[in-house]
Amino acid sequence: MDVLKIRKDFPILERKMRGQPLVYLDSAASAQKPRPVIEAMSRFYEQGYANIHRGVYELSMSATDLYDQGRVCVQRFINAAHEDEIIFTHGATESLNLVASSWGAANLKEGDEVVLTQLEHHANIVPWQLLQKKIPFKLRVVPIKKDGDILLQDVLEALSEKTKLVSVAHVSNAFGTILPVKDIIKAAHDRGIPVMLDGAQAIAHETVDVQALDADFYVFSGHKIYGPTGIGVLYGKRAWLQSMPPYQGGGDMIENVTFEETSFLPPPARFEAGTPHIAGVVGLTAGLNYVTSIGMQNIAVHEDKLLAYAHEKIGTIQGVRLIGTAPRKAAILSFVMEHAHPHDIGTVLESRGIAIRAGHHCAQPAMESMGLMGTARASFGLYNTFEDVDSLAEGLRAVREIFA
Amino acid sequence: MSLNEQDLLDLYQDLILDHSRYPHNFYEMEKAQCQAVGHNPLCGDRLVLYVTADEQGRIKEASFQGQGCAISMASASMMTDLLKGKTAQEAEKLAAHFEQLCKNFKPDPQFEAMMNPEDNARLDALAGVKNYPARVKCAMLSWRTLQAALNPAQNQTVQTENT
Ligand SMILES: Cc1ncc(COP(=O)(O)O)c(C=O)c1O
Repeated sequence: MDVLKIRKDFPILERKMRGQPLVYLDSAASAQKPRPVIEAMSRFYEQGYANIHRGVYELSMSATDLYDQGRVCVQRFINAAHEDEIIFTHGATESLNLVASSWGAANLKEGDEVVLTQLEHHANIVPWQLLQKKIPFKLRVVPIKKDGDILLQDVLEALSEKTKLVSVAHVSNAFGTILPVKDIIKAAHDRGIPVMLDGAQAIAHETVDVQALDADFYVFSGHKIYGPTGIGVLYGKRAWLQSMPPYQGGGDMIENVTFEETSFLPPPARFEAGTPHIAGVVGLTAGLNYVTSIGMQNIAVHEDKLLAYAHEKIGTIQGVRLIGTAPRKAAILSFVMEHAHPHDIGTVLESRGIAIRAGHHCAQPAMESMGLMGTARASFGLYNTFEDVDSLAEGLRAVREIFA
Repeated sequence: MSLNEQDLLDLYQDLILDHSRYPHNFYEMEKAQCQAVGHNPLCGDRLVLYVTADEQGRIKEASFQGQGCAISMASASMMTDLLKGKTAQEAEKLAAHFEQLCKNFKPDPQFEAMMNPEDNARLDALAGVKNYPARVKCAMLSWRTLQAALNPAQNQTVQTENT
């Protein structure tokens, strides 16, 4: 994999920040966009745009084709068995809300339990809490280990005959931990419990095969895999989706409407009410094709090398403490520093053109479990280089000089 | 030295770092006349501000407790120093003046002329955040909390992240 060549595909990497070459280490928040994605979207708006489904003219039919091809592209990308198992949403957040509202309302009752882990993103906590206001089910929270790991053993302990769903991150956005999802799914299925994976972070870092995982639901956002914002995916096994009630009502999701009774289309249309983000699907398709042309396996190998290098290089800087050192990790380096608050670290790095994130990363319970209010977080994408890690290391030495 | 480095040194000058490392007036005031909480949930910065005035309505004691970044801590520390001897009205004016500085708006020269030079220097130091718009909210947190403490009608938890 030729990173220097890849970098040329990302126009933004040529710009400067505060007069310095941009060192972008915030891909876990959102990835930058390669030219094929930008061009596919502007080409679509310039040459191919129309609303889908209802049009009787050529432009609308070809836009519909692009939209449908996008679904097939996602299906192949995560190796789903059927096209209609792919629902387009605004993003991982909406996908999680969809499952909580639709599946949750249909399948949970008083006394039931949904199992989460303590490192979940708020997007996999709050939708369940909202549902709890309507249905008095319980959330069981699997604790985090000191190194940010989640152990299968601890998940097993949380399972009982009350468990109706396990909903956990595939990769933690706060610590980079890769959860033992395959084992979790197997153990849950042995007990007849379905599993949803929040793949928001995992999707850009490793090959995801929903059939090999045997996940019941899998969610992710387009913008973290080099595609546009505003588009995301819910994968659900056909049998589940077919059994679920609509999530929102509107156009494009009904079979027949009268004021007495309305019947709904089967999935995926049932869950895609209203005019969708058509250009978003076009951009997402281009993004998935782009990473596929490079190879998810190559990307994973490259990012693993970067992460190992960063652990070594950053972890040994005096005053730096890495947060999240689980044996299996992906592309995320969370840390705190003696005497320097994460936001002050962020500001010093910014003045050197280095973009990182500071704060609780929408995972307050995870932070709390480590006794922290927040961390500084550097995260990697396929365009990052070893030099980027060196710049970060130099920047952190400057932080130390100021604050220590 | 590049402009950037200069901005950074302006922001993290010794005066600020000293206040953040060893904040002044950092204690809980048991019988405070007014108090309010400032909390920026995204940052996690959180402080409780306590103010007590004498019979003439002049602030005789101001203190705070909490945790946060160097900027928010230094700001609260310097602010509590500055408040002593001010009336509520003067304190409010000072807060408004400081906000102008942080946002890089032209401050009222008359007001500036009335302030003592040392206070001016302190506020100027803090106003180094104007080159870092993302950090203005950190510097403003204690001042907004002050406004809430002085106006018990709106005495709830305040934040400066979505303003
Ligand atoms: C693990 C995880 N889950 C869910 C989300 C929510 O994704 P989005 O904001 O794109 O809906 C994120 C994004 O930060 C994430 O990292």
